[in-house]
Amino acid sequence: MTAAATEPGRTEATRDDRVAGRSLAARLLSRPEVGSLVGAVVIFLLFMAVAAPFRNVANIGTILYGASAIGIMAVPVALLMIGGEFDLSAGVAVTTSGLSASLIAWNFGLNVWMGVLLALAVSLAIGAFNGWLLLRTGLPSFLVTLGTFFILQGVNLGVTRLLTGNVATADISDMDGFAAAQKVFGSEVALGPVTLKVTVLYWVVLTVVAAYVLLRTRVGNWIFAVGGDAGAARAMGVPVRATKIGLFMAVGFCGWVSGMHLLFQFNTVQSGEGIGKEFIFIIAAVIGGCLLTGGYGSVVGASVGALIFGMTQLGINYAGWNPDWFKTFLGVMLLLATVVNVYVKRKADLR
Amino acid sequence: MSVVDNAGVADAPILELDDVGKSYGNVHALRGVGLNVRQGEVTCVLGDNGAGKSTLIKIIAGLHEHTDGTMRLDGVACRFGSPRDAQSRGIATVYQDLALAPLMSVWRNFFLGNELRRGPLRILDIARMKRICGEELVKMGVIIPDLDRPVASLSGGQRQCIAIARAIYFGARVIILDEPTAALGVKQSGVVLKYIVKARDAGLGVILITHNPHHAYLVGDHFVILKLGRVVLDARRDELTLEQLTTEMAGGQELAELGHELRGADQEERRK
Ligand SMILES: Nc1ncnc2c1ncn2[C@@H]1O[C@H](COP(=O)(O)OP(=O)(O)OP(=O)(O)O)[C@@H](O)[C@H]1O
Ligand SMILES: [Mg+2]
Repeated sequence: MTAAATEPGRTEATRDDRVAGRSLAARLLSRPEVGSLVGAVVIFLLFMAVAAPFRNVANIGTILYGASAIGIMAVPVALLMIGGEFDLSAGVAVTTSGLSASLIAWNFGLNVWMGVLLALAVSLAIGAFNGWLLLRTGLPSFLVTLGTFFILQGVNLGVTRLLTGNVATADISDMDGFAAAQKVFGSEVALGPVTLKVTVLYWVVLTVVAAYVLLRTRVGNWIFAVGGDAGAARAMGVPVRATKIGLFMAVGFCGWVSGMHLLFQFNTVQSGEGIGKEFIFIIAAVIGGCLLTGGYGSVVGASVGALIFGMTQLGINYAGWNPDWFKTFLGVMLLLATVVNVYVKRKADLR
Repeated sequence: MSVVDNAGVADAPILELDDVGKSYGNVHALRGVGLNVRQGEVTCVLGDNGAGKSTLIKIIAGLHEHTDGTMRLDGVACRFGSPRDAQSRGIATVYQDLALAPLMSVWRNFFLGNELRRGPLRILDIARMKRICGEELVKMGVIIPDLDRPVASLSGGQRQCIAIARAIYFGARVIILDEPTAALGVKQSGVVLKYIVKARDAGLGVILITHNPHHAYLVGDHFVILKLGRVVLDARRDELTLEQLTTEMAGGQELAELGHELRGADQEERRK
């Protein structure tokens, strides 16, 4: 500043006194996940007040389990949304993965682990196909993945019936490798009174890794850029195609984790399952602050969105309310969270 | 003229375009264009709206591939498959639309595609990126108090300064500026022109696109005028005066006609 003082012509350039430094509170409030955090606290307090079983510590495990089932998918779906795309096939792709593992192992009499690995290949291939088709055709991802959604839905039902004559896969719990695979995908640990499913661990790890990748790595920068302005990203040398296909494959990978849990939790998979879940993942991401138009959002927010789901699902149950209202509740939550997100962000930006 | 140690090197063009053409389907945006970009020289590309200037530089920047002719870098025929390709050979560009992601922060935009990383985990070196970004912007005379702000919240000129500072920071051999002063105040325009001269003196090849003949004549060594996708004038500075350049840009004869028409319209107006 001494140089500025001795150089009168420069003083006005060195500092713009119209902009005060932003306070820490304003910075925190302008984070995308604020709306979801507020929502989570409100929902938590609400059910603490009205539902007695909600206050029981032992039920934490159940609530977190419900949240993790959604969270494992909401995290990659949020990344994909920040990257500017949707995946409407995410819900049925989970079922496809579980079915693949089970049917492959059963029909060829393979070790269950072979089925698990081939299911991973199938899931990644579905993701890659979605991304490839999107970039190839230039159609909006809404349309492309709507197509995959219907294709997979039909394939799930058709192939399962063709191979088993049934709408569900056969019980594979007596096959080689099942016990070990179940440990990995369906086990649980007791921490005092709380029993935690392994999916909760996966969910937390996934959230931490994804948040780290998004905010602290080059790939994260690319995800924001391809979602914010794909043309600009390409012009600056960002590999737009690889980033988008990678995001779809991340959804595929997490779909595989969810699908394997489904299989090893229940020993069989229902071929009609998963329809409608894709919207729940998207809603969790939106509650968490992801913009539908891409380029902005948070995976931590999406996980908080999933937690809101977990709490609501069980809270309604515990409170003795009619579960018919669950969906209505979701819709209201979605609207409220979006409004709060926009409002809080605007306020914080003005501070 | 320019400060380049090795006069011999300065003579050979870094980048040569020979009879280059580009069609968008049935639109022939460029036809038979020749252009030489030399080290330590500012090449100005001028022309009407839609003349094909942006198309020309997008070929050099790797955003489009030319459909005819050849482009040579250091005398070797080449084709850039992507902007990344062009960047890795030291060509940096300020696009007319600036190529900034609106919701990303200033520093993230500045280093987009060229992120600095550190440590074995290759995590982003945020502190260093912010510091460099701040320093480069201060050098341009724009003060952006909070580099974490999304660029969408900045003024048009501030955004333009970010794009220019970025290209100047990363341009190693050739810098392309597509109408860099379009949204800038007098002072910032001056700074940009100074930067162009500085880059030229540092031995870079500069391609400047502008609609302002005064700016072009202030810094240009070499002028190319495009019209409907063809080169209609290709002259060195010593072959041309500012008046001639202005007239050529406006299309000479056409300008006289325009003056006539305007006067005519004026009289008609008065008669009513
Ligand atoms: N992606 C595209 N597809 C089809 N035609 C295009 C495309 N981009 C440019 N053109 C056409 O090519 C011609 C040259 O456009 P260009 O953007 O290069 O002009 P310009 O000289 O940069 O004009 P301005 O001064 O307005 O920036 C125009 O006729 C334009 O319509
Ligand atoms: Mg242009």
